[in-house]
Amino acid sequence: MSSNLLEVEKLQTAFKNDKGEVISVDEVTFNLKPGETIGIVGESGCGKSVTSLSVMRLLGKSGYIKKGSIKLGGNDLAQLPEAHMRHIRGNEISMIFQEPMTSLNPVFTIGNQMMELILLHMKLSKKEAKMYAIEMLKKVGIPRAEEIIHEYPHKLSGGMRQRVMIAMALSCKPKLLIADEPTTALDVTIQAQILELMKKLRQESNTAIMMISHDLGVIAEMADKVLVMYAGQVVEEADVFALFDEPKHPYTKGLMESIPHLEYDSHERLASIPGTVPTLKHMPKGCRFHTRCPFANEKCKNEKPPLLSINQHDEHKVRCWLYEDQHQQILADTQREVHA
Amino acid sequence: MSSTTSLETDRKADAPRQGTPLIEVQNLKKYYPIKKGILSKTVGHVKAVDGLNFSIYPGETISLVGESGCGKSTTGQAIVQLDPPTEGKVIFQGRDLSTLSNTELRQLRPQLQIIFQDPYSSLNPRKRVGDLLAEPLLVHKLADKSEVTRKVDDILEIVGLTKHHRNHYPHEFSGGQRQRIGIARALILNPKLIVCDEPVSALDVSIQAQVLNLLKDLQQKFQLTYLFIAHGLGAVKYISDRIAVMYLGKIVELGTTEEIFKNPRHPYTQILLSAYPVPNPHLRNRNRVVVEGDVPNPANPPKGCSFHTRCPLAQSICREKTPDLMGSGHTVACHFPLA
Repeated sequence: MSSNLLEVEKLQTAFKNDKGEVISVDEVTFNLKPGETIGIVGESGCGKSVTSLSVMRLLGKSGYIKKGSIKLGGNDLAQLPEAHMRHIRGNEISMIFQEPMTSLNPVFTIGNQMMELILLHMKLSKKEAKMYAIEMLKKVGIPRAEEIIHEYPHKLSGGMRQRVMIAMALSCKPKLLIADEPTTALDVTIQAQILELMKKLRQESNTAIMMISHDLGVIAEMADKVLVMYAGQVVEEADVFALFDEPKHPYTKGLMESIPHLEYDSHERLASIPGTVPTLKHMPKGCRFHTRCPFANEKCKNEKPPLLSINQHDEHKVRCWLYEDQHQQILADTQREVHA
Repeated sequence: MSSTTSLETDRKADAPRQGTPLIEVQNLKKYYPIKKGILSKTVGHVKAVDGLNFSIYPGETISLVGESGCGKSTTGQAIVQLDPPTEGKVIFQGRDLSTLSNTELRQLRPQLQIIFQDPYSSLNPRKRVGDLLAEPLLVHKLADKSEVTRKVDDILEIVGLTKHHRNHYPHEFSGGQRQRIGIARALILNPKLIVCDEPVSALDVSIQAQVLNLLKDLQQKFQLTYLFIAHGLGAVKYISDRIAVMYLGKIVELGTTEEIFKNPRHPYTQILLSAYPVPNPHLRNRNRVVVEGDVPNPANPPKGCSFHTRCPLAQSICREKTPDLMGSGHTVACHFPLA
């Protein structure tokens, strides 16, 4: 078992506005090993993007990390001064965004933008940087890389631009790649190409990936383990197979049942989760899901559930009171083992 | 297993594809001119929709699927005459819509309604929901002032909102609720056909299911006919009776939902199905057919079969001759259809 590359511990991120402060992400804890892919899934506004932006420390003027730590190779990113952080971005962590259309600068050529970052982060001459940029473009499957490097972004299709973004993100050989909905804006056949490419590159470089998506299909294709987020909290954490085979949290179950499946016939009604996600300002007391949960009882309405571990190796965790007994059982078993 | 079969037959009985079609689309074309220079000379055309033929039968849901730019939305808008076609006919209950005068067309409009993709931009932010829903009734003079409020309250109830929502503005609603308002606005005119242009694409997964269920319930209750436009195959499979797969402005395959999913005959359909990410990690290493390259520019489509540039099975005839839709029932436009 190799040691963790990234350790996020009880992260709490808040944003200031004119009416005070809103907590957007609360008590998010997870670890990531080199070469491992973690999928973060949830609906819009659940805090999955803010979690990734917190790791990058790209929270803008109004956002800040209020509590918790983000440890990457001995550094706590939550505490680092901005100058040091700038060195980490690009070199150790890089990011691909959802909109390949808007994340490239339209007034510079592809080569110009790629070389800017290569020259900034790597000790290469201009000529070497250009050669390296071409090599990276070829690696992500861009045909005629020598010509494309002189083109402006508008000449490329969405899929090509996302390939350029991936080439840029990977040029400094980061240890951690954050991909925030990298294929959401793309067509399915292009999405399949990009996912295959990411799998191939992951294998070659042993990069750890944080993959953020609302699409359970994409998560099932890519992730080793999954965090399910709801209203700013992690409600379930599990190995990808365990999560899809045996989802535990009522929200995860609801989410799984509400996707229409392609493999089997289902002309029955789709299950759906009633109601809508609560807003950050009006977060329900107790469990944040209790207003929509079919199993909610008095305890759920009043007491916040902790993230309970429900298997021996601490791999499957769920934030739900329904699993309290199971959690106690596991605790007792582990203690007995220790004594034995 | 037996229960699914009986469900299948029920569905087929529900939507008989015989008798007179509600809508007949004949050789529908929509070309957009490309203009250049100071005199805005037309230098070519983007062939957004290029010769479609299909019928929509009363009570069925037919879906148009395909990637962005394949012409599925243009088709929907051409059928309801929001963006009249360049060539070809749309025959609604025996009347060719292109020959009608504006007055005649306006009288037919209540029967042909459309729901848009983005519930955020398709509702006027300065109007209250009650006014948004009353407007179509007043425009078409389908209700006098005394009836309007009652009709609006009824329709709000039907789509799962309450009459208290009448006085709210669109920004006070979530995406799913806004889409319900969009549906209510189309439904209030008592239409025959509703074109649903990506009605759930902008919504969250759990909300998508609510809206899809609502659309299905309303169809049964009011005997609606849907032309459903989408790129998410899961939703399409759930709601459709028949599916037309489009590529670069043409239909490449048309069949029942079951035929398309169980026995896709066009290589593009097969690729589209296999590219769809399956929410099951046990299938992640399945043999997927991944195509190279992008969709060609519709202003300059390839000669012959428009898919030949990306098709793994392309041969010399594909580069020269455009295949026609062939077969009866389950039709496919390919020189070498899969068995």
